[in-house]
Amino acid sequence: MEIEARDLQFSRGDRPIFRGLSCRFPRGKISVVAAASGGGKTTLLRMIACLLRPDSGAILVDGTRDLVSLSRAESDAWRHHVGMLFQFGALLDMLTLYDNVALPLREHSKLTEAEIHDEVRRVFEAVGLEGVDQLLPGELSGGMVKRAGLARALIEKPEVLLCDEPFSGLDPPTVRKVEELLQAVNERTGATVVITSHHPLSTMRIADHLVMIGEGRAVEGTPQTLVREDARVADFFEEALSPPAVARGAS
Amino acid sequence: MNPIAGVGRLGAWAIGSVRALGRFTLFARTLLGAGASPPLRLRRLVAEVYDAGVLSLLIVCVSGFAVGMVLGLQGHNTLVRFGAEENLGAVVGLSLIRELGPVLTSLLVAGRAGSAMAAEIAAMVVTEQLDGLRMMSVDPLDFVVAPKALGMILAMPLLSTLFVVFGILGGWAVGVIVLGGDAGAYLSTLEQATEFSEDVLGGLIKAAVFGVLVGFIATYQGFTARATTAGVSAAATSTVVIASVATLIFDYFITALWGY
Repeated sequence: MEIEARDLQFSRGDRPIFRGLSCRFPRGKISVVAAASGGGKTTLLRMIACLLRPDSGAILVDGTRDLVSLSRAESDAWRHHVGMLFQFGALLDMLTLYDNVALPLREHSKLTEAEIHDEVRRVFEAVGLEGVDQLLPGELSGGMVKRAGLARALIEKPEVLLCDEPFSGLDPPTVRKVEELLQAVNERTGATVVITSHHPLSTMRIADHLVMIGEGRAVEGTPQTLVREDARVADFFEEALSPPAVARGAS
Repeated sequence: MNPIAGVGRLGAWAIGSVRALGRFTLFARTLLGAGASPPLRLRRLVAEVYDAGVLSLLIVCVSGFAVGMVLGLQGHNTLVRFGAEENLGAVVGLSLIRELGPVLTSLLVAGRAGSAMAAEIAAMVVTEQLDGLRMMSVDPLDFVVAPKALGMILAMPLLSTLFVVFGILGGWAVGVIVLGGDAGAYLSTLEQATEFSEDVLGGLIKAAVFGVLVGFIATYQGFTARATTAGVSAAATSTVVIASVATLIFDYFITALWGY
C-alpha cells in the first residue's frame, strides 16, 4: 500500500504542528520520518493509524481512500491492515507476552488455540524471542519489549507497519539488531514500513525514503539526495556523515 | 470585584459542570453498552472482583469491627440512661445494616480500590496501552474498563455485608465481653428489630448503587486522565473525592426514597 499525506494542518492548542504538510510513503519501501523532538513524527504516525485526525487535509491510501474521513467502524477495519510498534511497546501489563501477542487473533479470528499457538511461535521466531512466553512485560529488557511489540504488530500480517522510535533507548548492538529485524520484515512481507526516528545513523543505514519534517512542512527523497541538496537535512544528519568519533580520536 | 465578571465566571463554571456531567453520562452509556454486549469476559471479571473485593477484605473487616466496637460503647452509654441497654444489639445492627455498612464500605473502597482502579487505567493511557488495544481493533472500554466497573458493582454489596457482620461482632465484643451485657439479649433484639425487606434489602441496594457510583467514577477518571504522571495522580485523587461526596449525597436520596 502507498500512503500519501496531503496538505495536513494540525495544531495543539495555539501551537501549530503541521502547516500544510505533504509527503508520501512508497509501497513496499522503508520510509523514515525524521524531525527534531516535538516536530510531529509521532503525530503523523498516529494519523496514519487513525488514532488522531488532522484539522484539515487528507491521508490517501493507494491514491483513493482517504483515512481522514473514515467512520469509527471503518477505522477499526483499516487497522487490521496496519501493525504499529509503539515507542515503549504499549504491551498490556496484565497479560503475559504470549497472551499479548495472541490477543488480536483471539479477538478477531476463528483460529483454534493450537493454530494461534503456531502463529505466535512464528512471529516470536521471526523477531528472535524464545523462551519468554510466560513473562510479563515488566520483566523484559528494553530490547525485548521492542521485539515483543514488533511481534504483536506482525501477528495479523499487516500491509503497513508503523514503528514509533524503534531505536530509542537501546544500546548500539541492539539498535543494529532491530534495524536488521525491520529490514528482514520488509523484505519477507513486502509491507510498507514507516519509521519515526531521530537516530541519524540508523536512518542512513535502513531508509529507502526519507521524510524530513521541519516547521510543520516536509521535504522528501532518498536520504543521500536530501542530505546533498538540503542544508537543514545535512545539519540534522551531521553525525551520520562525519567520520566516527573513534577514528577522529585516533587521527 | 467587577460583578459582571463574577457572573461571567459563575456562568462559565455552570456550563463547564453541565458539560462534564454530559461527558460522564455519555461515558456511562457507552460503558453499559460495552458491558452488556458479548463476549462476556469472565476471566477478566473474576480478576477484577478479586482486585476490588478480595484485596479490600482486610481493610473492610477491620474497619467494620472497629466501628462496631465504637457503636457498642456509645450505644451502651446512651441506652443505660434510659434503662434500655438490652436493646444494644438492635441499635448496633440497625445502624450498620441501614446506614453505616454501605456508606463506610463505599468510602473505604473508593479510597483503596477506586483510586487504584483510576490510577491503573490512567497509567494505561500514559503508556499507550489503550492505544495499543485500539490498534488491534479491540475496544478498551469493552476489554479493560467494563470488567473493572462490573467487578466493583459486584464486590461492593459483598464487602458491605462483611462490614456489617464484623461490625455486629465488634458491638457484641464490647457490649457482651467488655461491658458484661447479655449475649442472648444482644442477638434476640437484633433479630426482632431487623426487617429483611426494609433494612437488609435497603442496605444491599444502597451498596449496589454505591458500587455503580464508585466503579463508574473511577473508570471515568482513569479513562479521561491526561497522559502525564500528574494526570495519573489527579485521576486517583479526584476519584476518591468525587466518589466519596457522591456516596454521601446519594445516600440521602436513597434513604428518602426507600421510605425511612
